[in-house]
Amino acid sequence: MIAFVIRRLIQSVLVMIVVAFVAFSLFTYVGDPISIMLGQDYTEADRARIAAELGLDRPFFVQFARFVANAVQGEFGLSYRLARPVDELIAERLPATLELSLVAAIFALVVGVPMGVYTGLNRDSWLSRVFMTVSLIGVSLPTFLIGILLIFVFAVHLGWLPSFGRGEVVHIGWWSTGLLTVSGLKALILPAITLGLFQMTLIMRLVRSEMLEVLRTDYIKFARARGLTNRAIHFGHALKNTLVPVITITGLQLGSIIAFSIITETVFQWPGMGLLFIQSVNFADIPVMAAYLCLIAFFFVVINLIVDLLYYVVDPRLRADRGVAGGHTG
Amino acid sequence: MARPPANHPLLEVRDLRVEFPTRRGTLVAVDGVSFHIDPGEVLGVVGESGAGKSLTGAAIIGLLEPPGRIAGGEIRFDGRRIDNLPYEQMRRLRGKEIGAVFQDPLTSLNPLYTIGRQLTETILTHLDVTPAEARERAIRLLQDVGIPGAERRIDHYPHQFSGGMRQRVVIALALCANPRLVIADEPTTALDVSIQAQIITLLKRLCREHGTAVMLVTHDMGVIAETADRVAVMYAGRIAEIGPVRDVIKTPKHPYTIGLMGSIPKIDRREARLAQIDGAMPRLNAIPPGCAFHPRCPKAFDRCRVERPDPIHVDRSHVACWLYDRDDVRVGAVVDE
Amino acid sequence: MATTLDSDPKTTPGLWARFLDSDIFYSFRRSPLTIAAAIVTVVCFAGAFLAPWIAPHNPLDLSSVDLMDAYTPPVWMAEGNPRFILGTDDQGRDLLSAIMYGARISLIVGFCSVIFAMALGITLGLVAGYAGGAIDSLIMRIADVQLTFPAILIALLIDGIVRAAFPRDLHDQLALYVLIFAIGLSYWVQYARTVRGSTLVEKNREYVQAARVIGVRPVRILFSHILPNVIGPVLVIATINLALAIITEATLSFLGVGMPPTQPSLGTLIRVGNDFLFSGEWWITLFPGVALVTMVLAVNLLGDWLRDALNPKLR
Repeated sequence: MIAFVIRRLIQSVLVMIVVAFVAFSLFTYVGDPISIMLGQDYTEADRARIAAELGLDRPFFVQFARFVANAVQGEFGLSYRLARPVDELIAERLPATLELSLVAAIFALVVGVPMGVYTGLNRDSWLSRVFMTVSLIGVSLPTFLIGILLIFVFAVHLGWLPSFGRGEVVHIGWWSTGLLTVSGLKALILPAITLGLFQMTLIMRLVRSEMLEVLRTDYIKFARARGLTNRAIHFGHALKNTLVPVITITGLQLGSIIAFSIITETVFQWPGMGLLFIQSVNFADIPVMAAYLCLIAFFFVVINLIVDLLYYVVDPRLRADRGVAGGHTG
Repeated sequence: MARPPANHPLLEVRDLRVEFPTRRGTLVAVDGVSFHIDPGEVLGVVGESGAGKSLTGAAIIGLLEPPGRIAGGEIRFDGRRIDNLPYEQMRRLRGKEIGAVFQDPLTSLNPLYTIGRQLTETILTHLDVTPAEARERAIRLLQDVGIPGAERRIDHYPHQFSGGMRQRVVIALALCANPRLVIADEPTTALDVSIQAQIITLLKRLCREHGTAVMLVTHDMGVIAETADRVAVMYAGRIAEIGPVRDVIKTPKHPYTIGLMGSIPKIDRREARLAQIDGAMPRLNAIPPGCAFHPRCPKAFDRCRVERPDPIHVDRSHVACWLYDRDDVRVGAVVDE
Repeated sequence: MATTLDSDPKTTPGLWARFLDSDIFYSFRRSPLTIAAAIVTVVCFAGAFLAPWIAPHNPLDLSSVDLMDAYTPPVWMAEGNPRFILGTDDQGRDLLSAIMYGARISLIVGFCSVIFAMALGITLGLVAGYAGGAIDSLIMRIADVQLTFPAILIALLIDGIVRAAFPRDLHDQLALYVLIFAIGLSYWVQYARTVRGSTLVEKNREYVQAARVIGVRPVRILFSHILPNVIGPVLVIATINLALAIITEATLSFLGVGMPPTQPSLGTLIRVGNDFLFSGEWWITLFPGVALVTMVLAVNLLGDWLRDALNPKLR
């Protein structure tokens, strides 16, 4: 168990180092931070001074080490665009994104898993066909179009819900939450559905196909031959066996919800990290991009780690004394 | 444990027909199969793969996989028709009255549950006992099937057992509600040769102790010879020959059975070469008219190519072959019922 | 069961006849939804690729555009103008023509990036599977890391880098190629994994071993023996990826980092139109959106069907 966790941790650190390297390369080789900071008019002396200040005259690996050391402490320098510390900017935006992502993820799971189980068990019922058709439309609708449609119907046409922003927020320490006010909750509904819908259809299709796969296995046939009730077979045996792949993919999906929030945040002008990132891409604001990249990678690594541990809880084969790890890596 | 003999067979299959509708017409996988199994009796069913033996077993326990379906005939268990029972009633029968052992013990057990949980859940489904009693019964069953340290092993997961041990667990699962019939579909095929004999011996011993009848599906004549009371030889979805095991092995009558027996090497007899049957069993979509075996049959004559033979009483067996449809053969035939 | 029936040696006439008789065509004929999807796909693709010849107007030709025509609603509405069936946008461009030209760009980006991703993924997958060892683990490790990031993020990142590296006007000219490169690079992993998997299986087959023994060059073995075996799954992935690539392009353009308004794709049109949603000119954003969804949905339906048809077991 401990060896398993340690191996996963080492892998995670490696992934983080690779990502940090990409982020650092962005810093170093893309654009010219000095000319961006100093504007058009500067002397060679200014240039050398700034270079020394930023440590740009040092050898490559020293710079990289410094970048990593700073990054671990959340130091990513100043934003080119806003001339404010990047960590401050991100800390301001983080709660909005995390709240949105969490609500969207819960929505996707709570609706997607039961729909998947239902369509897997009742493959040929008309309701399953409806679900499958809806899911195919869901997969084919780009997130931003879903957002636009929802805004058009519920905000412009019906006027029930706000079309942009977070509504009123309450500050608890540095964390700002929209979950405690009515306007905050109302503002959350449309973006959360927009963000969660695509993941929901994916989860539903995944659960369905895993369910169908498991229902074909010998142990399910044998369970039927033992005369177990359908309830026991479907929910005791089949569902539990679909959990392993579902947990994996769902974990990855939840990670990508945070990244996908870029789109939703743009459509709804939601003041989160995604909106910050897209503005930075447009402005080539490298420090913010690098910080966002590292942060997203960090979330992914953490989620992956949790997924691996969940695996461990669900699948006894992984708990075997032989220390056999699953095929899943990353 | 043996029940008093009834005046009707435990299992009676009459004219069973199993079909698979496909877009190029219907495939008949089992065609007019009739046989019976008496209480406590072991019926071996042999044949090449695709002969319809496993499908017959699946039809009996009501677990044909769609689109396969029973298209004709009837199946009676203890005198009661079971081929048309609603799902829920059939479910109550499965495991309780008719147990099943499948081919591959590695995949028959749910990997995510302990064997104890799988045993107790089956016991609790069929018998009116408390969970504690069910667990006790499960431990006893595991001891019965020869799993050392059953009290401890009951809480282990399937992957912690070897293939042979897992098949013992599967047998325990099949027997845990004391069924009157067990359908064992190639129970040893997936196992190591050295373990096969142990498992067969175990199955035989347990069924004798519990008075359980067995339908033993296999392609291994050796297993049949050792275990079965009677044997049915299947070819291309039909029964070619059915009779007491000794008769079928010693004096096979159907040319196919003769070929089949010839293909088992015998140590005690010196033969110049192994006899073998030329050709292969036809595909289900290309079963020839007349007797399905006639293209490969060394003794085929005109009638075989046109008319399909039904089982004919010969000595103590039934043989589906026109060779025996002559008065001189029929004379002196012993009725086995 | 059905597949085994096919290999009847008597039925081997022409390739076309064999295709008409195949299970794939049969399942196609049996599904009205798939036929509809195929028709819609063909119509969309034809409309898009033939846009310069069949579109009623040329939205890129500024001399033909009159600002006076701006905000004309679709023809069936009170102020509609029969010259503009689906109405016009804020600059007076005919929306139908703009959609056709936009779909053309969307499809060009979609196809090119899929081909790019396919070439990259197949090559890396073959190399990884055939070479094994350190090369294999290096390639698959990169794939693992990349797979943890959503494609859209990678595409955004690549776009951001290019944006930082080149001046703005140059970037606008390069936008098409940048998009193809960015989207292609973010979707190669699936091909590589699939191809590597079956390469590992095929590599140890007797005929490949035999080919190796008699001295057939590895490249030849890879392309003539191993590749044909993976065409089915690769085709399925490619179809579904085409839909994904079109969505990704639209999304990037919508986010303002894709095609510039001077060369609008469907995503750009939606982005531009989005600003007019509140003021009542819903058609400017709705019709490009409908065109996008129709196209993607049709391609997805075809992909779904293809996957099922090639995997009869999964039905």
